[in-house]
Amino acid sequence: MPRRTDIHRILIVGSGPIIIGQACEFDYSGTQACKALRADGFEVVLINSNPATIMTDPELADRTYVEPLTVAYAEEVIRRERPDALLSTVGGQTGLNLAVALAEAGVLDKYDVELIGAKIDSIKKAEDRLLFKDAMRKIGLETPQSQLVNTVEKGLEFGTKIGYPLILRPSFTMGGSGGGIAYNREEMIDILERGIDLSPVGEVLIEESVLGWKEYELEVMRDQADNAIIVCSIENFDPMGVHTGDSITVAPAQTLSDREYQMMRDAALACLREIGVDTGGSNVQFAIDPATGRMVIVEMNPRVSRSSALASKATGFPIAKIAAKLAVGYRLDEIKNDITKVTPACFEPTIDYVVVKIPRFQFEKFPGAEPVLNTQMKSVGEVMAIGRTFQQSLGKALRSMETGKSSAADVYDEAQIANKLITPNPDRLNYIRFAFERGYTIAQVHEMTAVDPWFLERVRDIVLQEQQMDLLEPEDLTHDIILAAKRAGLSDNRIARAVDMDPLDFRARRKELGVQAVFNRVDTCAAEFESFTPYLYSSYEQVSEADPTSRPKVMILGSGPNRIGQGIEFDYACCHASFALQEFGHESIMVNCNPETVSTDYDTSDRLYFEPLTLEDVLNIADIEKPDGVIVQFGGQTPLNLALPLKHAGVPIIGTQPENIDLAEDRKLFGAVLDQLGIPAPDNGTATNVEEACEIARRIGYPVLVRPSYVLGGRAMVIAYGEDMIRRYMAEAVTFSQKRPVLIDRFLEDATEVDVDALCDGDDVLIGGIMEHIEEAGVHSGDSSCVLPAFSIGASELQTIEEYTVKLAKALKVIGLMNVQYAIQQGKVYVLEVNPRASRTVPYVSKATGVPLPKIAVGLMLGKKLKDFAYLTGGRTSGVLPVPQFFVKSPVFPFNKFPGVDPALGPEMRSTGEVMGVGENFGEAFGKAQISAGTPLPEKGSVFLSVNDRDKAAAVEVARNFHDLGFQLHATRGTASILKAAGLPCKTVFKVNEGRPNAVDLIKAQTVQLVIYTTTGGHTFTDEKAIRRAAVTWRVPCITTMSGARAAVQAVASKRVDPIRVWSLQEIHAAKDVSTPSA
Amino acid sequence: MDQAILALEDGSVFEGRSFGALTHRHGEVVFNTSITGYQEIFTDPSYAGQIVVLTYPQIGNYGANQQDNESGRPFIEGLVVREFSPLASNWRSDEQAEHFLAKSDIPVIAGVDTRALVRHLRTRGVMRGVLAAGPSLDGKALVEEARQSPSMAGLELATRVSATAPYEWTAGVDACSPSQHLQPWPEKRFHVVAFDYGIKRNILRRLVHTGCRVTVVPAGTSADDVLALNPDGVFLSNGPGDPEPLEFQAAQVRKLIGKKPIFGICLGQQILGLALGGRTYKLKFGHRGGNHPVLNKITNRVEITSHNHGFTVDPDSLNASDVELTHINLNDETLEGFRHRNYPVFSVQYHPEAAPGPHDSLYLFDDFIKLMTEAKGGAR
Repeated sequence: MPRRTDIHRILIVGSGPIIIGQACEFDYSGTQACKALRADGFEVVLINSNPATIMTDPELADRTYVEPLTVAYAEEVIRRERPDALLSTVGGQTGLNLAVALAEAGVLDKYDVELIGAKIDSIKKAEDRLLFKDAMRKIGLETPQSQLVNTVEKGLEFGTKIGYPLILRPSFTMGGSGGGIAYNREEMIDILERGIDLSPVGEVLIEESVLGWKEYELEVMRDQADNAIIVCSIENFDPMGVHTGDSITVAPAQTLSDREYQMMRDAALACLREIGVDTGGSNVQFAIDPATGRMVIVEMNPRVSRSSALASKATGFPIAKIAAKLAVGYRLDEIKNDITKVTPACFEPTIDYVVVKIPRFQFEKFPGAEPVLNTQMKSVGEVMAIGRTFQQSLGKALRSMETGKSSAADVYDEAQIANKLITPNPDRLNYIRFAFERGYTIAQVHEMTAVDPWFLERVRDIVLQEQQMDLLEPEDLTHDIILAAKRAGLSDNRIARAVDMDPLDFRARRKELGVQAVFNRVDTCAAEFESFTPYLYSSYEQVSEADPTSRPKVMILGSGPNRIGQGIEFDYACCHASFALQEFGHESIMVNCNPETVSTDYDTSDRLYFEPLTLEDVLNIADIEKPDGVIVQFGGQTPLNLALPLKHAGVPIIGTQPENIDLAEDRKLFGAVLDQLGIPAPDNGTATNVEEACEIARRIGYPVLVRPSYVLGGRAMVIAYGEDMIRRYMAEAVTFSQKRPVLIDRFLEDATEVDVDALCDGDDVLIGGIMEHIEEAGVHSGDSSCVLPAFSIGASELQTIEEYTVKLAKALKVIGLMNVQYAIQQGKVYVLEVNPRASRTVPYVSKATGVPLPKIAVGLMLGKKLKDFAYLTGGRTSGVLPVPQFFVKSPVFPFNKFPGVDPALGPEMRSTGEVMGVGENFGEAFGKAQISAGTPLPEKGSVFLSVNDRDKAAAVEVARNFHDLGFQLHATRGTASILKAAGLPCKTVFKVNEGRPNAVDLIKAQTVQLVIYTTTGGHTFTDEKAIRRAAVTWRVPCITTMSGARAAVQAVASKRVDPIRVWSLQEIHAAKDVSTPSA
Repeated sequence: MDQAILALEDGSVFEGRSFGALTHRHGEVVFNTSITGYQEIFTDPSYAGQIVVLTYPQIGNYGANQQDNESGRPFIEGLVVREFSPLASNWRSDEQAEHFLAKSDIPVIAGVDTRALVRHLRTRGVMRGVLAAGPSLDGKALVEEARQSPSMAGLELATRVSATAPYEWTAGVDACSPSQHLQPWPEKRFHVVAFDYGIKRNILRRLVHTGCRVTVVPAGTSADDVLALNPDGVFLSNGPGDPEPLEFQAAQVRKLIGKKPIFGICLGQQILGLALGGRTYKLKFGHRGGNHPVLNKITNRVEITSHNHGFTVDPDSLNASDVELTHINLNDETLEGFRHRNYPVFSVQYHPEAAPGPHDSLYLFDDFIKLMTEAKGGAR
């Protein structure tokens, strides 16, 4: 059965914004699918609301719609494009859910669109817990005992029957959203209430606990001819009880004999056949009782998943690409294995290395959330490492994490060991190491963690080796000792610390003794066939397979694990850098350790090094590749931290030089530059102790913005309204030192914030976009919605911004990209921050303008000039690029995953992803962005307002607008009296502590459809937090700034007049030189 | 920890640490790419005369147990691994893999860059080697020793590993977990005589499991003696060494063709090929692993299969009017199975009994039952 010829145009549904549980792995899968289908001559229509993705680049599809992933907008896309088929399996749970919704709404039938990849029946059988259990029982596979309930009462009944703990899983939610483990009745009630609410069908599955069982996952593929293969097996280091996305996982499975593995393989294939997935990939999860070997099937996903991305990277077998080909009729044996070129894709990859994945958490950004792990995913990113042995991979994965923690567990608290081992938490592995350092036995640690003794023994062995190293002096180091340590995964830093040497001196000594990293290939076949794909990882074996070429080559340093503030946007830039290098005739070499990304696809660059982004590992690659240049400005903060050390080690950095990048980060030096240029910045100072900080704050006046230096995403940043707050902050929230001071800035209240991305070739400066933030200054730029073109900034201010940007770019000798943040307060423009590198907004600006900024930046780094790219910029080499529509970028927050956390916006970034709304007017674009962000604004109903005194005047105007649009008004006493005084009808509502029904009751009862609740400043009151939390839980949009409220009014008004309409990026940018629409 | 050395006839020397027995062994150095199943590999008699390199770097993790033996003892001459686990972790494990090998006096070298070694064998072809463990080893002398050792080409090993007297095999497949629900054994309706050229127990278990009473006979048994046992079918087993010298065995099989349904696996296919007038040849580095795609040309489906062979039948040497090629390896297009056009005779080059490996081809045992059913029905 070769490629189908009866379908021509295929709609691919993306996964939308990056959220916990659904991240850029679906950009990877979607991109692969787009590429594979187009390469095969299909026309691809794409819908995805996330502008930061590679897949939404106009080059990757014939028609790209950055539009909301809802039935209404998808139908409009289908109506316009009339695709023959819809591929449902590469867009995560969102894509699958939208496909089901379109089918159920009759849209697919109406327009005669065939669902390919997975059929509705298969999706339902896999996703509906009861149907799934029945199906498994039919083929003789056990599932944990369970019951589906839709009321708390029924759940408690089952709990009494089976006994606690019990696992709760709401139906049809992704990433285990709303699930959890109930150890008792109280927790059961708590989780069940939330779960029933979060499930779109109001159902929760309650399951017998298999806590502590061994957990496995198999990645399976099947074609229409019933050829089926296992791509990869994965064994979780963390046993059952921790969401697999939050678990340390290892590929392949380590502690199963062949018989047991084959039993699982048989079960996975039987499951796939029974569910009926016949053209694509799936993953099947199992649990095994370590004492008896009893095996239960936990779940299966009839689509490409996070684990498939991991499995693809772990084996070199591109699951999403193959899944797309199977969906259009190919058989597995008709597809070639890209890596060996001679053998078919119909085989099971075998690997001769060990892969370790470690999730990355950011509980520190969510005060109030307890840092414990359970069945609801909470990690925001992950790293993967490849090594020849588990120990080596584990060591590499740990140093890929960039947590700033060293491998020594010397800062841990002995009294905490039992607690930290028994209750899964992000620090558990470190505590396991610590326990071994303190002499705990494998049996003791196993008893507390249920982690398999094989893993524990390997971890303990590392600890013992480290302890032995600690006893050595530099002169004791021999070739054999160093080799053994490197083979066990110890970093140069760790060994250097053990023997009290400078890490670079140790590195030199190591090389002198002949212990050098070599590079092995990921080849799908354990070297049985020749590999034609340079997909490499380092090891300390004897023979290197790197085989570097002598072509001109540039190395790109990626951005490492996704985290809040450094995510897919940087991967987007890195991938584009790679594409551009190839286009300009250079070999591109990618270095990254994030398995979710497009950059770590072996197809993206000429050569891929799947390696940690540390000085040691990057230097090892530079040693062997000897690149002509290294690009550090695209991967966020991670490569910037390496820029100077690399340069000092003689590695050539291209583009803006590290010294100038550092200049922009150095308060004093940069202040001098600004003075010289005559550009104002808010008064500021640098403090290395508490008294100094208070002194500076007194001098510049409150409120002040306080933050540590060298951080991304506003980590630990606060606005202080008084000295007590500074003292508390310095004591609790931040570590500082002479080398790492605390930065204090005058906070500009009620200022409009602006983000600018610009290109500079050393002579000319071209501004990509001047983005106006919708939330006022004080809300982290990553958490603020912003709009292109700016809609409320005066011409003279825009002019000033343009002038300042040009001056700054030249002063910092920028070659490539630069981002500047400005604030406009009462007509005066201040510079807040300059980052001479690619910013988070680069993909958004590129999509809004239709001009590929990263590509041009790479050209500039290679010595080209802006005028060489006139063909891309509509002839512009200066000024600001025009945008033909309104484009609003809005953030997406993970608050629903962190119960107890206040969702008020502030200077610390907490959004995980972004969406873009496109419209002919600002209101339309903003409204669409809100729909895509999952917080659609109401079209009618009631608005609840509670604003602080500063905002009261603005609140009247907003309330009047809502009233005019037919909304009813509710407000707390203070706000209500102002509104009533202004002649607006308004119901007064109790605050939470005043009586009932109060504001929270109103939200729960769905009496209000929109909440406008601005902060009182200073610190957050419980009352406010309770209301905002209730809004998150009950999914009522909650706006915490007046500027946001004004935007909401415009969006609601637009919805009244504008029809549901969509535009593809290709048509928006069809005419290159278009004028900016008027606001 | 004692030192160990693997010396190859081409002069390559790999140093590592010794696990297992402190001894010298020589053999053909081959590699297997299976991730799981080391115990089955150790005990597969087809590995007689071979030093096995396992490409998966973590070996010994799940220990060893009584159930997973493919014969009475390990048959490999030596084992080459990247890392050998000091701890066994599995609910079925009885002992550490290291001990399991040491008590059979088999040397193990660990810490070797097995990937480099495999790439070497892939490009140069498999070759003779010596694995030595113990104090004061001399690499050069070991290379010389390797050069003096017998070559696998032309080496007849099947009769050396075969049973010396006939015996009945009665055990079927047993479950490895309470969740493995195997079909109950059917009534034993067929008597199968199995030639033991180095037979793996899982073949015997599978035969029993599909309803056979099995009599295992030595490799030197004559066709007449087999017929005297009045079997419903004859099975030709896997085994080690070069098939070419097995002229006697091929002659006996030739006499049985047309008289009894015949099913051959691995060396069994090669002997059947010789019996049908075909030729065999040695592959550069053989097929050893659990992931080879084989196309069944009759069903047009691909099976993921378990392999262990260094020799194969040349399909061009078979008479196309007698023989239908049924299975082809999709990696290198080599012959993986054929059947006789006129008689109930078929064979595969790979291992449908798995152990280790995937179970995609278990249907072949049912096919054998079908042939015997038809033959029985036809005869009576």
